This record gives sequence, structure tokens and C-alpha cells, in this order.
Amino acid sequence: MLNAYLANTLQFNVELCNGCIMCTAVCPHAVFSRSNGAVSLIHPERCMECGACQLNCPTGAITVDSGVGCATAMMIAALKGRQEVTCGE
Amino acid sequence: MQNVVCQSDDHMISEVSSRITLADRWDHLQARLGIRRNRHRVEPGLYTLGKPSSESPVFASANYTLSFDALRSALAGVDCYILVLDTKGINVWCAAGKGTFGTDELVQRIEGTGLAEIVNHRKVIVPQLGAPGIAAHEVKQRSGFRVEYGPVRARDLPAYLETGKADNEMRRVTFHLADRLVLVPVEIVHMLLPMLVIAGVFYLVGGWLGALGTAVAIMAGVVLFPILLPWLPTANFSTKGFILGGLVAVPFILARLINAPDMETWQRTVWGLTHLLLIPSMTAFLTLNFTGSTSFTSRSGVRREIFTYFPAMAWMFGGGLVLSITMTILGLFGI
Repeated sequence: MLNAYLANTLQFNVELCNGCIMCTAVCPHAVFSRSNGAVSLIHPERCMECGACQLNCPTGAITVDSGVGCATAMMIAALKGRQEVTCGE
Repeated sequence: MQNVVCQSDDHMISEVSSRITLADRWDHLQARLGIRRNRHRVEPGLYTLGKPSSESPVFASANYTLSFDALRSALAGVDCYILVLDTKGINVWCAAGKGTFGTDELVQRIEGTGLAEIVNHRKVIVPQLGAPGIAAHEVKQRSGFRVEYGPVRARDLPAYLETGKADNEMRRVTFHLADRLVLVPVEIVHMLLPMLVIAGVFYLVGGWLGALGTAVAIMAGVVLFPILLPWLPTANFSTKGFILGGLVAVPFILARLINAPDMETWQRTVWGLTHLLLIPSMTAFLTLNFTGSTSFTSRSGVRREIFTYFPAMAWMFGGGLVLSITMTILGLFGI
């Protein structure tokens, strides 16, 4: 596995997009871009699955299995038998 | 820092200045060192900065002093309102990930402070990194207030307010050397006690070199790694950690191989092997755990890293520990 971060769970259904461009405003890694009035997924490999785009997409055009990319939180959750992985207590 | 004043009939509004005092800086230093970790809080509610009118902008923030202070100091000279959400003393981005900086809390805080009676407009400027917890369209539907996402960094707010928009640079999160260095003190503080305990164990089963090797492995993970992150080869945090750990293990391996004339060759080799197994595994474990401090690792990627590399870390550490114990016992019997 040369790069664990190239693949992720981000999916964009362009047919559902209404062009509100909220995804371009909330994404901290410029995964989406707007050109000629249409939104496109230009850097999917940069997605960190924070879920901001999905939550702010009013038409459900974006889906992502969002969560915290933190090994500590994941291992603590696994040890404690928790389903949800979050930072801190 | 703040004075409480009663402005409307039912709602308390506090005044705050944009000035960062010595007491604030002391609080920031403690926060950066992880001291009194859950007590760097601001009272949630509505604050005035300067002399805002009913047309003045409203900014949302977390009730974590570093977040709140970054916002109010960046807004020096701006008459505005700051709506502080109850994020349990957690910063905006982490709280958004947990959902405490979230739609429900924002809507309830808007209603609870009577914001609609205080301002004539219906817009709240929310930090962009709060977006993983806020559904803007839902806030609009439930409260009547439109969420406008401001820039990632509070320091870009003056430019954002001037132009009315955040440019591409303002929308990108960074992880430059300064961003990484600021994480080092708290990592050291958190690792100090575990490091002393583990180093103590390896002193008993490996002498001073064992203890020192442990300290160096851990410091490589918490100090060197954040500094060297972009320059270490490979993309995965674990492999970067194995490489860094391997490099810092070299002096210890050489010391075992060269600096023990009273030992047999096989004994020196095995002691050298313990460092080759222990130091990279400890460093790699810490670098894997640094994923949570970064601004770009995805959950699915981290999961892949854990499943791929954690077993190797555990086997290497276990093997190094067993070898150290075995060699120490053999040494006690004069072998």
C-alpha cells in the first residue's frame, strides 16, 4: 500500500447538483471546483472525509462516510467497544 | 476580558474587547501545553465587540479561549456581535467533527440569545471549519438566519470583510511548519509520563542504552516527526515513522555492536537487534497517532494504515521486549 490516502469514500452525483456551490465554500482542500456554472470533483484524492460538503449539500448530491481521521481516536473507540469515533472525551 | 451587561429585556449580552491581555496569553500558553485541558472556556452566549448596531455583523465561535480570542483579536476595530456556542471548551474544527459546534446548538443559541430582536439582518458568519457540524440550509429553515461561511483562519477576516468574499487561499487549510511546531509542546507534555515509565522498564531490561533508546524513539515521534513530516519519504505516516525510527536507532545499534568488548558477537548482535525492533516500532506508533493532529488525513486512510502497519509495530515491539528480557535473564546467569 503505497499511499493509504489516495482512495476515500467521497461520491458526487452531478445529476443531483443544483449548483449552489456550498461544497466549494466549505471544503478546506479545494476538492470541488466551479467552472461554467457547473460544480465538478477536481481533486477527490484530497478529501479528508470531514463531511462538511455532505452536510451542506441541500440536494444530497454528495455522500461521504465522514469521521475523524485520527488513529488514537479509532484505537480508543475499538478498545472501548464504541461505534462512534471522536476526538477527546 | 469581558463585562456582562443587560441589553434587551430577556437576554444577557456581554461586552468584550479585541485586546489580548497578559492573562489571556498565559491562558493560551497553558492551553498549548495541555495544562488544565478542559478549562480554557468562555461563557457561551452573545457578546458585543465595539459599538455594534442592529445592522452589525454576527460571527459565530466556539467557547474555547484560543478560538474565541483568535476571532475577537482579528476583529479589532470592527463593531460586531460574537455568538459563542457551547462546544464544551473544544475548538471549532474538532467540535464540528463531534457535532457540538452543530446545527442544533447554533439554532438554539440564536433563539436563546434573542438574536432576531437584536439585529435587523438575518445572517451569521460561521468559520469555515465549523461546516462539518453545520447544515446551513437547515439553520436557515429553522431559525431564519442564513449561514455565510467565513475564511478558515480568523486573521483573514479583515480582508474577507473588505471584499465580502473568501478567496481560494482563505478557503484552504494549511499545515505549515509553524502549524506543526505549535503542536509539539502539548505532545511532549502528554508523552512525558508514559516515556518515563517505558524508559524505566527498558532500563531494567536493557540498561541505560535501553532507557535512552526509548526516550529517543519517543522524542523522534513527537518532536522530530512534526518538523520533518513533509520531507520524510513515503506517503503513509507509519512508514515515515519506521524510516525515522530506523535512522535514530542507528547510533544505538552501533553502540551495542562496537562498545561491548566483554560480550560475545552473538550477544552484541542480539542487543543491536533489540534496538532495531524497538525504536522504529515505538516511533512509528507515535507517528501513526499523529494523524489526528494533522489537517488532511481521512478516516478511511487512517483505518487502512492501522490494519496494515499496526500488527508489524506490535510484533516488532513484542519481539524487542522479549529479546531484551531474555538477554537480561541470560546476563543474570552469566551467559
